Amino acid sequence: MSHPMLTVSDLEVRFSLTQSKKWPWSIPSVVHAVNGVSFTLERGKTLGIVGESGCGKSTLVRAIAGLVKPASGVVTLDGEEIDYHATADLARLRRTVQMIFQDPVASLNPRMTVLEIVSEPISVFFPELSKDERNLKAQAMLDRVGIPRRNMNRYPHEFSGGQCQRIGIARALAAEPQVLLCDEPVSALDVSIQAQVVNLLKELQDDMGLTLVFVAHDLGVVRHISDDILVMYLGGMMERAPASDLVLAPRHPYTKALLSAVPVPDPNAKLTPEILDGDLPSPIALPTGCLFQSRCPSRIDRCAAQRPDLTQDGDRFKACFVAPT
Amino acid sequence: MLSVQDLSIRFRTGEGHVHAVNNVSFDIAAGQKLALVGESGSGKSQIALSILGLLANNAETSGRIDFNGADLLSIPLRQLNKIRAKEIGIIFQDPMTSLNPYMTVERQLGEVLELHEGLRGSAARARVLEVMDAVQIPDAKNRLKSYPHEFSGGMRQRIVIAMALLLRPKLILADEPTTALDVTVQAQIMRLLDDIQQEYKTSILLITHDLGVVAGFCDETLVLYGGRVMERAATKDIFALPTHPYTRGLMRAVPNIHEPHAKLTAIPGQPPNQTQPLTACPFAARCQDAVMDCHSSLPDLTQSAPMRACLRPLEELT
Repeated sequence: MSHPMLTVSDLEVRFSLTQSKKWPWSIPSVVHAVNGVSFTLERGKTLGIVGESGCGKSTLVRAIAGLVKPASGVVTLDGEEIDYHATADLARLRRTVQMIFQDPVASLNPRMTVLEIVSEPISVFFPELSKDERNLKAQAMLDRVGIPRRNMNRYPHEFSGGQCQRIGIARALAAEPQVLLCDEPVSALDVSIQAQVVNLLKELQDDMGLTLVFVAHDLGVVRHISDDILVMYLGGMMERAPASDLVLAPRHPYTKALLSAVPVPDPNAKLTPEILDGDLPSPIALPTGCLFQSRCPSRIDRCAAQRPDLTQDGDRFKACFVAPT
Repeated sequence: MLSVQDLSIRFRTGEGHVHAVNNVSFDIAAGQKLALVGESGSGKSQIALSILGLLANNAETSGRIDFNGADLLSIPLRQLNKIRAKEIGIIFQDPMTSLNPYMTVERQLGEVLELHEGLRGSAARARVLEVMDAVQIPDAKNRLKSYPHEFSGGMRQRIVIAMALLLRPKLILADEPTTALDVTVQAQIMRLLDDIQQEYKTSILLITHDLGVVAGFCDETLVLYGGRVMERAATKDIFALPTHPYTRGLMRAVPNIHEPHAKLTAIPGQPPNQTQPLTACPFAARCQDAVMDCHSSLPDLTQSAPMRACLRPLEELT
């Protein structure tokens, strides 16, 4: 029990673009989707991962779940390293780690009823249960997420987005996982429904002692649900800190810019967004030196020459030469 | 300048009529920035599309949309085409799908000039360059021959804005202009729209679901739910004291990054079913302040401040 639930060290994910090859023998270009991300996550805690689109946050959680194979790096689950090429390890991984996806409707099989969707993981992970026991367990799961029993023989298209996301949560939890990876679980939902799903996730976490990794681009939601927040940019980790420290006293220039760009629902708030120039550089040809240097307002010469390592200061981490500690 | 009166839009579908917009009225003065705020299905985009006659074929409309004396719902297409782009410009949500992938930026923007002003060649190019500079596309001269896919999302949205600005319309309809963009790019685009509004003195109708975007941008806000106007007020008043239970619920449901609460107050229930004509307040089923009458009568928007469509007096709301 003394092990952290999940540790990730120096994880890298690359995708090679075979169709970009000019000649059959030329070396394909490579998209560097995740570049050396490390974190540890204690049991029952929530880590929020934020960043703009294309920063590799979804790829990171998909790599942890084994849906894409990491190029290098080590993931340990409850103290034991996962070998993503060993079938036994993958079985353990899927039992312990479940995932919730961004698009609630597309992530459910349209030709299965809700009861079938939620029973499927039960029949995989608890093959000893009889059909009746399985259905009872699935129904209990659906009750827990607030889907009325009378609807359990319906198909996904008969439900709204928020309800589909509840079904997705029920399916993930039916495997009785210890870690739940949530990849933008609420970004496709309306605000009024979003709050319902966030509250549900929090309740379930408290009841079942789940460890959550919560990916989102909405900093408000992430701050609300997370204990710690990790900020990513161009596949790299910029900063990690306890949620309120990160929001109230960001240290990395990118975190500062990201926070100042968040629109605040208060017309009297004097917004002085620190507007970043330009766009995300290409992940195919990564800049040498710091990943953020091309848009950084406080860049110094050293930033272009050398990539800053992650440095730790108490419970805060950052990868920057300039930022105060 | 633009006055929408008693606008209703319904769609014929296989399962009967969908009542998307129900008796909505509002107007925009010259130089004003008005926000239409609502969740998906509230009818906000359909209102924008109806102003330019862009509704789907199965739509039926009633009411009037007055623009400088003409009723946009009934004028012939020929006349409407003269108003489109020239008088009223539109910026769509998704900058990828609102540009033609087969056309270079120059041709795409030049087409507008050719159709409306008969400009071609170098005269058109000069105008195109001018607006591309106005929306701060770096190195505009060398990007004239680029195709939309060669630009990033934020740059593409700038091109869409440039296209809307070409003929200096008096009104710009911005339908979720930043929803598809990242926050840092969203901040760039909103600042750009603000600068342009001040320079060109256009009116802007901003359609969005994001209360945060509205707070920093619009003078007045109209809150929609189930195709009805719930509340209309100056933006600062709506944030200081929302007078409708729906607006209140919406504000409590948004996690504010600077004030984390233990629990978000969600609005219970699901979005309304719009296949029946409205006979009662569309929000009643989810409203915590609803009384018996709310389920049977349809309140109208009051005509004096606070403008709200709610049976319950303001003092009695939770």
